[in-house]
Amino acid sequence: MHKGSFVMDYEYLLAGKLKRGFIRIRESFKSFPSRALLFFINLPRNIGAVFIKIYSHFKEIVKIFVLGDMATKLSFVVMGMGCIARKRFIRGFLYLLLQVLFWFFFLTFGVVYIAGLGTLGTVSQLEVYNEGTGIFEYVKGDNSMLILLYGIVSLFLVVLYIALYFSSIRECYRTEMLKKRGGQIPFFSDDVQDLMDKDFHKSLIFVPSVMIICFTILPIIFMVCLAFTNYDRLHMPPGNLFTWVGFENFRSIMGFSDSSLLAKTFGKILGWTFVWAFFATGTNYIFGMLLAMMINKKGIKFKRLFRTVFVLTIAVPQFVSLMFMRNVFADTGLFNVFLQSAGIISEPVKFLTDGDIARVVVIFINMWVGIPYTMLITTGILMNIPNDLYESARIDGAGTAKQFFAITLPYMLFVTAPYLITQFIGNINNFNVIWLLTNGGPMTSDMYASGRTDLLITWLYRLTTGEQNYKIASVIGIFTFIISAVFSLIVYNYSGSARREGEFQ
Amino acid sequence: MKRPHSIKRAQSISSGIIYTVLSALSVVWIIPLVFLVLHSFRAEKGAAIKYIIPKEFTLDNYKKLFTDTSLFNFPRWYLNTLLVAIATCILSTFFVLTISYALSRLRFRGRTGLLNIGLVLNMFPGFMSMIAVYFILKAIGLTQSLVSLVLVYSGGAALGYYIVKGFFDTIPRALDEAALIDGASKARVFLSITLPMSKPIIVYTILTSFIAPWMDFIFASVIMKDNYNKYTVAIGLFQMISRENIYEYFTVFCAGSVLVAVPIALLFIFMQKFYVEGIAGGAVKG
Repeated sequence: MHKGSFVMDYEYLLAGKLKRGFIRIRESFKSFPSRALLFFINLPRNIGAVFIKIYSHFKEIVKIFVLGDMATKLSFVVMGMGCIARKRFIRGFLYLLLQVLFWFFFLTFGVVYIAGLGTLGTVSQLEVYNEGTGIFEYVKGDNSMLILLYGIVSLFLVVLYIALYFSSIRECYRTEMLKKRGGQIPFFSDDVQDLMDKDFHKSLIFVPSVMIICFTILPIIFMVCLAFTNYDRLHMPPGNLFTWVGFENFRSIMGFSDSSLLAKTFGKILGWTFVWAFFATGTNYIFGMLLAMMINKKGIKFKRLFRTVFVLTIAVPQFVSLMFMRNVFADTGLFNVFLQSAGIISEPVKFLTDGDIARVVVIFINMWVGIPYTMLITTGILMNIPNDLYESARIDGAGTAKQFFAITLPYMLFVTAPYLITQFIGNINNFNVIWLLTNGGPMTSDMYASGRTDLLITWLYRLTTGEQNYKIASVIGIFTFIISAVFSLIVYNYSGSARREGEFQ
Repeated sequence: MKRPHSIKRAQSISSGIIYTVLSALSVVWIIPLVFLVLHSFRAEKGAAIKYIIPKEFTLDNYKKLFTDTSLFNFPRWYLNTLLVAIATCILSTFFVLTISYALSRLRFRGRTGLLNIGLVLNMFPGFMSMIAVYFILKAIGLTQSLVSLVLVYSGGAALGYYIVKGFFDTIPRALDEAALIDGASKARVFLSITLPMSKPIIVYTILTSFIAPWMDFIFASVIMKDNYNKYTVAIGLFQMISRENIYEYFTVFCAGSVLVAVPIALLFIFMQKFYVEGIAGGAVKG
């Protein structure tokens, strides 16, 4: 189970259930740096493996070209020829059709945009005075955004076409071999039937994969590209063009170039994002667990009633309760007005409009939102804690608090660590709570286009929708990804489920 | 004799404390909801009142939602959201089930590669690349339409495969093999053996993907911008509590929120069982 030394394994085997948990946590954290390092060390090798694979495909194709007969050789020029020659008409003509379509697309559309990727456009839109009509007319120029987008799409399609090209050649060669051996040449209906049986995975995966490529992979690539351009308000196509600037945006956000305000803002928001994620996750976790323990304590009645009350609050859509809370805690909101008229305070408390107070208040409101979730999820696990642990603790004279810190908390941390880290990632990207409560505000002038409660993700949102500073927003996106990825890798490493998933079957 | 007695007393004191704490917490948690409902029936205008319980109650706020549609077309938004939710839940469920089944039950070349790609893609926060999504939709001429919302919501749905995959993993493979030996095709195994056995997880998938569009704020606002007629309830209601409108519309906002919250809450309570099972199962099996 562990790659540790013999001593470690021995210690592990001797340990009780709880101690094993500790050992696993310890080992997991110990091994994380080396695993992360291993990942990066292996990265070149893995990339190398991809190239070797591509190379072996090429080798196979060359071999087919040498060994194949005339019809198969012709398939290198006219896709599907080998199939047509062997009376697999429908399949052969489908290949041919796809080839024609691709070349039509490529020559009329793709090649222009792929060529444009290098510069992202050279001619910006011009206003030209037309003497004949007496008005200014726009002369259509390049559009960097479209060039980038269509360029990426075209590259994608080219790669896809090459894959199809290779597979068609292999298919033609396979048919030739079948014919030579006197085997049954499959009809088109057989091919279709294969899609329901032998190749069922292809039918299952095709449509969802296309959707993922269009709405997840493509956008991610596009966004990563934007981080290396100067796409902002001053470079808005079609009026102005944007172009590649290398690592300039990364330098400016890290503070290596002149715009120190940006770097300062980034540092502050990054810090607050972590503080927020830590407290939002921690408070929800601890108090949610305590709540679950109280409800499930032996001898407590009305368990169902209490549980229903708390579940009800998660059942109500988050945006509804958050927007309502925003109004309750507004400067002239229900709470302030009530407190004032009751004479408790004379001035409204700036729950959401004073930076420091707002930071505390959002964490408290987040507790209201999140504690019932933790309660729901931890209930089942709490009941699974072996009772003899508590009994022996009680015999040793441990009080309730001691039992909680010595048994319950470590046990829960061990079992729910993946959940906890996932929650942490979720809170780093917790757009809804912050945006619906404060819009990231109150805004301050000593930060670049951001407020005191802004997280990276809400800052990103504001930079794209309001400031239109796409270049910096993309850099922030990449940083957010890196943060999320590091923590996800910890979860992955910890649960190790993917590595062992084969064992279940 | 004395010891058990004192333990009993200590216990009753401690449960007394627990009852007090639980009741207090219940009040804290339930009060905002009670107030939301109370204010939705409030007759007095304004964002706030100086007393706790409104003095006059009325149904006008609800009526206003459906009659006064010039500024805020609530019935339209409601219908929009419902349509988007139905379409999304059909597409997403289809995507998730097919991908999960392929990754769980079928063995083919490139399967591990796909699993790894899925793992990496899941590390990207969903709306990190929303600008790019917006540009792509713009390029294919689909911005500010409900179709684009459906595409965005269901587009990445297949990436949420792991819970369903975890469920499929637990179905004994012997069943599949027996059917395959009897000459059934893999498609038939999927349709007539696996799917009927997976009702809980299908219900779970349908409900979660149906609820998602009601909750989403960010994609809807990025894609719809100022096209009021295509708004979903989430961004629509948000407009009602902007600084200019809040005095006039706060109670109406409450009424609208109640109308959204009640059906969603009912659905949620219905699927709560699946929810806990799904998360717990997913956590154990990965």
